[in-house]
Amino acid sequence: MNIQRQAFRSAYIPPRPAWVKRWLSEDALVAYLFIIPSLFGLIVFVLWPTIKGFSLSFTSASLTKPGTFVGLANYATLLHDKQFWNSMLITTKYVLFNIPLQTVIAIGLAVLISRLTKSTFVRLIIFLPYLFPMLMVTIIWMSILDYLTGPIDGLLKLWWGPGAMVGFLNVKNVIASLAWINTWRHAGYNALLFFAGLQGIPNELYESAAIDGANEWQIFRRITFPLLRPVTIFVLVTSLVGSFQVFDSAMVIATPTGGPGGASRVIYWYITSLAFNQFKMGYASTVAVALFVVSMLIAWVNLHYFRAGSSDIG
Amino acid sequence: MGTNSLITPRRTREIKRKINWGKSGRILAWSILILWIAITILPLWWVIRMAFSTTKDLLGNPSSLLPVNFTFDAFKRVLGLVDVNETVIQGGFSQKLNFMLYFRNTFIVTTTIVFAGLVFNSMAAYAFARLKFPGRNILFGLYIGALIMPTVLNLIPNFILINRLHINNTLIGIIAPGFFGNAFGVFFLRQIFLSFNKELEEAGKLDGANRIRIFAGIVLPNTLPSLVTMSILAYVGAWNEFQWAYFAGGQGAVEQATVMTVALAHFRAQQQGGVPDFPGMMAGTLISAIPMLIAFFFFGRRAIDSIRFTGYR
Repeated sequence: MNIQRQAFRSAYIPPRPAWVKRWLSEDALVAYLFIIPSLFGLIVFVLWPTIKGFSLSFTSASLTKPGTFVGLANYATLLHDKQFWNSMLITTKYVLFNIPLQTVIAIGLAVLISRLTKSTFVRLIIFLPYLFPMLMVTIIWMSILDYLTGPIDGLLKLWWGPGAMVGFLNVKNVIASLAWINTWRHAGYNALLFFAGLQGIPNELYESAAIDGANEWQIFRRITFPLLRPVTIFVLVTSLVGSFQVFDSAMVIATPTGGPGGASRVIYWYITSLAFNQFKMGYASTVAVALFVVSMLIAWVNLHYFRAGSSDIG
Repeated sequence: MGTNSLITPRRTREIKRKINWGKSGRILAWSILILWIAITILPLWWVIRMAFSTTKDLLGNPSSLLPVNFTFDAFKRVLGLVDVNETVIQGGFSQKLNFMLYFRNTFIVTTTIVFAGLVFNSMAAYAFARLKFPGRNILFGLYIGALIMPTVLNLIPNFILINRLHINNTLIGIIAPGFFGNAFGVFFLRQIFLSFNKELEEAGKLDGANRIRIFAGIVLPNTLPSLVTMSILAYVGAWNEFQWAYFAGGQGAVEQATVMTVALAHFRAQQQGGVPDFPGMMAGTLISAIPMLIAFFFFGRRAIDSIRFTGYR
């Protein structure tokens, strides 16, 4: 019976072409089944919104209305938008404070830990700030840096009188303070990334350098730092792109009104303020496109100029 | 972040290098490290100190190291256990806060996102790691693209989308974008599955198990430690998430869709004039951080050992 049926099949049903076999193999069917939910999420919430964000930037969309196509009008507005340029300037300042501070501290900590102690406990403590949301870290530091209730200005006043008080959160200092707050939360995390990178550098290199009589600085300069390059680039790209998108901390300081004298109106604050307080979805997207371009440039420059993918080890 | 979390736990390699800094160099190095540890710990102590004080007492004693007039008032206030009138007298917020509810919301959002994300991420990751199918490279290219692309453009269209679906101001709206996992998760889990012993899978195949059984019965249980480690860092990230939860959840104005970070931001934003209710905010911060601190007490070692740059290969 069975044999008959098989004979029938092979005689009358043409063999399935190779492409059908490939598309309908067990592996392929399982693969599509496995990928569908993830791909659905990726397309609906990541890829499509990115395309949509670009197209919105050419419209006068509000929250509920798709608006009309306005061509480059939003971009023309952008060029003459004082708040946009002001926000870009503020954000750039933040990045210029934040990135060197955070990276230097992270590399320094990583080298210190790797040279001084095997203790997991020390690394856990270094990591600790990362367990607190950026928002709360900002509130914590706000209370410490506060003019009235903060201990730092409190002590300065106690020791040297009111003239010595700094006012860390005033118009002049707030951006540097935000950079410090961000550094406090992320330096430890980044230090652990660098620390892991250090573990990948062969000991023989250090041994032969020591035999050649290299001093500590030369060893760092000639061996450690160059060999850490892939990690350094990775940390730089992610923290640069992340810094340009600084929001949570500025939000705490700025609140919907923009903070002390508008001094912490970073670019992402401006985007969300346009989109969610003024419901100018189209123009907010235009500002977001500007930030998108900046982020892409950073990633591109870093990855190509510094050859991020390649390592000097092996 | 969380993007650079690592996959396989690995004992930190023994540090064999001898310190050749000389005594003074060593002392200097230790001093710097201890200084940083102090900079790390002191603010956290400050949280505790303020949370157990009252606003009025703090004003008079900005630099005392201990709580001023130790009290649980701030905790009672943010947990909504005190009458609003009383709260105002204590120097608190004139709106009832309910951190138990925000805690529950945060727990639901975080657990759903991390768990569902892990399931969908690992399924897709396994397909990319082990299964051969037409279009694999193109599809994986989409994931790599999403990995590299800045996400700044997504906020507005996603907000419009959940608005149109009428799930804005709900926990579902907050959960939606993370529910199906993310490109980072797929990428890193794929690395884990790629390094999984293929022979075990072949053995399962010989026993007649199909692909789904091999995945669920052999691969997942055997890679579980790595998956758990990865999920801990993902959990911390999701627990601490603010931006999307803020806008999707109604900017703190809709209690039922308010997570803890959003509650604190809202709490803070309401106190523009005068002296902010620092004890209340610190108590809220502590309540929200405690679960992460407990988790780290148990899993911290594995999690930090897993922090590693893996490269985009």
